[in-house]
Amino acid sequence: MADHVNLEHATGMAHQFENLDQQQDADMLGIWLFLVTEIMFFGGVFASYAIYRWFYLPAFEGGSHILDIRLGATNTIVLLGSSLTMALSVRSAQTGNRRATVMFLILTMILGGAFLGIKGVEYHQKFVEHIVPSLDWAPEGKVLAELAPGGLQHAELYFIFYFAMTGLHALHMIIGMGLLLWLVLRARKGAFTPHYFAPVEVVGLYWHFVDIVWIFLFPLLYLIGGRY
Amino acid sequence: MSTALLEPRVQAPRNYLNAEYGWKSWLFTLDHKRIALLYMVSITVFFLIGASFAALMRIQLLSPQGELVQPETYNKLFTLHGIVMIFFFLIPSIPAVLGNFLVPLMVGARDLAFPKLNLLSWYIYVVGGLFTLFAAIAGGVDTGWTFYTPYSSTYSNTQVTAVAVGVFITGFSSILTGLNFIVTIHKMRAPGLTWFRMPLFLWAMYATSLIMILGTPVLAITIFLLAIEHLFHVGIFSPALGGDPLLFQHLFWFYSHPAVYIMILPSMGVVSEIIACFSRKRIFGYRVVAFSSVAIAVLGFLVWGHHMFVTGQSVYAGLVFSLLSFLVAIPSAIKVFNWTSTLYKGSISYDAPMLYALGFIGLFTMGGLTGLFLASLATDVHLNGTYFIVAHFHYIMVGGAVMGYLGGMHFWWPKISGRLYPNGWAAFAAVIIFIGFNLTFFPQFVLGYLGMPRRYAFYPAEFQVLNVMSTAGASVLGVGYLIPLIYFIWSMRYGPVAPKNPWGATGLEWQTASPPTTENFAEIPVVTQEAYAYSEAEQEVNLG
Amino acid sequence: MTFLALFLFQSLPLQPEQASTIAQSVDHLYYFITLVTLFFTCLIFFLIFYFMIKYRRRSPGERPKAIEGSLPLEIMWTAIPTLIVAIIFIWSGRLYFQNSVAPPGSMEIVVTGKQWMWKVEHPEGQREINELHVPLGRPVKLTMTSEDVIHDFYVPAFRVKKDVLPGRYTSLWFEPTKTGTFHLFCAQYCGAFHAGMIGSVVVMEPRAYERWLAGGVHGESPEAAGERVFKESGCSTCHLADGSGPGPSLNGLYGHSVKLSSGQTITADDAYIHESIVLPAAKIVEHYQPIMPSFQGQLTEEQILNLIAYVRSLGSVTGKQ
Repeated sequence: MADHVNLEHATGMAHQFENLDQQQDADMLGIWLFLVTEIMFFGGVFASYAIYRWFYLPAFEGGSHILDIRLGATNTIVLLGSSLTMALSVRSAQTGNRRATVMFLILTMILGGAFLGIKGVEYHQKFVEHIVPSLDWAPEGKVLAELAPGGLQHAELYFIFYFAMTGLHALHMIIGMGLLLWLVLRARKGAFTPHYFAPVEVVGLYWHFVDIVWIFLFPLLYLIGGRY
Repeated sequence: MSTALLEPRVQAPRNYLNAEYGWKSWLFTLDHKRIALLYMVSITVFFLIGASFAALMRIQLLSPQGELVQPETYNKLFTLHGIVMIFFFLIPSIPAVLGNFLVPLMVGARDLAFPKLNLLSWYIYVVGGLFTLFAAIAGGVDTGWTFYTPYSSTYSNTQVTAVAVGVFITGFSSILTGLNFIVTIHKMRAPGLTWFRMPLFLWAMYATSLIMILGTPVLAITIFLLAIEHLFHVGIFSPALGGDPLLFQHLFWFYSHPAVYIMILPSMGVVSEIIACFSRKRIFGYRVVAFSSVAIAVLGFLVWGHHMFVTGQSVYAGLVFSLLSFLVAIPSAIKVFNWTSTLYKGSISYDAPMLYALGFIGLFTMGGLTGLFLASLATDVHLNGTYFIVAHFHYIMVGGAVMGYLGGMHFWWPKISGRLYPNGWAAFAAVIIFIGFNLTFFPQFVLGYLGMPRRYAFYPAEFQVLNVMSTAGASVLGVGYLIPLIYFIWSMRYGPVAPKNPWGATGLEWQTASPPTTENFAEIPVVTQEAYAYSEAEQEVNLG
Repeated sequence: MTFLALFLFQSLPLQPEQASTIAQSVDHLYYFITLVTLFFTCLIFFLIFYFMIKYRRRSPGERPKAIEGSLPLEIMWTAIPTLIVAIIFIWSGRLYFQNSVAPPGSMEIVVTGKQWMWKVEHPEGQREINELHVPLGRPVKLTMTSEDVIHDFYVPAFRVKKDVLPGRYTSLWFEPTKTGTFHLFCAQYCGAFHAGMIGSVVVMEPRAYERWLAGGVHGESPEAAGERVFKESGCSTCHLADGSGPGPSLNGLYGHSVKLSSGQTITADDAYIHESIVLPAAKIVEHYQPIMPSFQGQLTEEQILNLIAYVRSLGSVTGKQ
């Protein structure tokens, strides 16, 4: 029993596995399966959004026009950048470069934070414009003119989906930030070696997935209004 | 076999039960076997809660006017009965208790792939359960376990959000369990244990886990959207606010139909193990049974629309879902024929696990065949929303899944506890349960065709005789369930010590001590035989 | 098990009366599936008992020979169930398909479900609560909607059932073959008094029905009621008959194609008219401005159904008045 514990501390291998390779394999399969569950989770709300967009096209296009496409595009680039830094962090761990691993993880966190900040600005804007469903729904002026033709009720439905989908995405980002912080703390203590860096890879995959969800969200919510 | 009482601390060898003592060693354990026991206690508690609600319902239905409780209370009773039994008993039962205990043993590993996630899944389950219990105490929920909108989102003023949160949270317990099993079965099989040498219980756990990870997230997002609608009075599923109530039904049933296969596939796996052991024969058509499990899991995702035949959806959609619903019955039928054929020229013994397994085959056959009435569009129009549906799913869930769970508990109890239970009482209880079950639920088929709708707190007098019969049967069934509870607890202190392999069964789990040590195997075994090697294994298997 | 039940309780009815044209054919299909169920149940029970006894363990050391399986058997017990379910599917599907379309010339009755009662309106204006009087021997088509949650209109004796949904219309039809009073149940849980949302369908001889119609309290016909609401709610202000007003003329609209400002073309059916009243902004007719106010909350479902009847009476593609 004690042997197992020492082995675990030394190599990062848990006692139920026979060798590090098996553990690595298991970790990878585990995270991929988890990502499949996330696809099903987001898939449900994406499908519902698609159905309502088909029913209420004018209202949803109106809602889409209100969103700030520059902020959305900026966020897209920010997230893509963060996926790059994340991948570089995994590579650094794989090559045993502790300082680079930590640096890239921190960069990823900064970019993730930037994304959340911009998202916060966008959410604030919705309150300013009074287009937050149920909590502050009283569109006026230009916003009202944009939303009224499609029907205000269905426009509210659009914004419910806007907040639900981006909100769930942001929640996943926040959890990701927590995971990144955990990795930074472990990496600084030298926990990762070229033989054992599975946690970095696992969080990396999670982060890439959250990025991909945004890659779908951005066109579906911001671009599909077609205003060019 | 010695029946003398043993003092556990003096003579019992070190095993997972006595390796450590104290509440911390249980609540912070990473040992899959201890986690299985944590689940066992929790699901038993929830089963008793759910059964109490059922008892009150059946008493209410003794009289047509229904004078026991107010209709509003009755509506809360059937809602909570459904929610507790489905999400907190049936779905976890075999996977979280028997699966957690046996999957590592059967693959020849020391634990599951992710022991910490395993413990986390139990905590998640408990938290979800607490939310639901809170909802039950703080006023209850009266939407039906199906939560149809707009009633649940806009009209009901009961604890919808609390229960939604509870079910949402518990779903993650299911997902983590399934994830753990899939990775363990893929990556941790002992040397020599190829896919087609695995016991069929593992195939069943694998197929179940596929459904758990693919289906449960859809329930999660559906419940999430429902909770938003209820809390913020927005219109996702409520037409008065712009939404579509049928969208809710599609999303809900997309998970909840596969969920019924989560509830039955594990029992089928248990039955395969028991039939093989107590006929001393390899399961007839092993590969066919294995593939059928996976086929059921896959096809099960394609039939959800059969819950919506009378919603006014397109006739063509109805035809497609009807055809697929008929097709999903075929693999189950194939399994029943294969199990029955296993008995042919076997060497059959009548121990309690076998009685449960045989009872399962009979009752599952009946329940499954009554599904034909419901897959058939023209008859489903008449039967939907009536007691026929209630009878159909109870035949499968109780006559099938619960009997399978009890059979499995009786089969592996010596391994889990290191003790034997009195076989006479066990056989008696099995028979009582079988009889009580049929008395309870068979009359409900007749009630359904006569037209008595379900979820009625009171009913026209002409339905009373059959309702009284059903309640009488339920009291017999209740007694039947209490008996194993008593002797299992009794056996933990007073039961004869169990040998390694009391039933003479094949399978890696029977090669460990009863109960096993914490690490399961001193050395990882190497598998050289096919599963169910009963006829060749004359030397290896200890007949006890 | 079924035999036992049948034998012991012969005085107990096992099915409701057959009181509609389709009831017997549904029952025949039911009997067939019951036979299939009985056959396989008995077969499996018999085989299990027989094998259990014939192959019971006779000595502790018994080691039966292994039998892997049998491909011919697997094929047989896959093919035969598949064939049987195919038969049931085709039989049932055809019956369902046939029953899904109301015969032409059906008497059209409007039903509104609300917690916890059924409101019925006859074409002659007769209104009922929790009761539906119909004449023998004539098909009846119900157009139904809910004012609140999902309900379900179920008449076991006719073997018909259909959900009743808020915000849309569903329909079912039946032709009674017997006079009498038959249960009407709500079969979709709808809240506290779901069990109390029951009533009766009363089938009368045609003459008796006429007398009932004539003798009762006369309401307006749905078309007349609709015309009154049309004027009282101000619809006539914009929807001038000659189309010169701010809103399109409704003459000849019903059943016609309508071109929308979004480019889509849709058919002016009941659902479209309902939507145009409660959510006019959703679909704007080409060349018109989105200025119609919503009447949601101001008109009941009944009033909207009456308006639809009125619009229909203004002429449709089929020329029905």
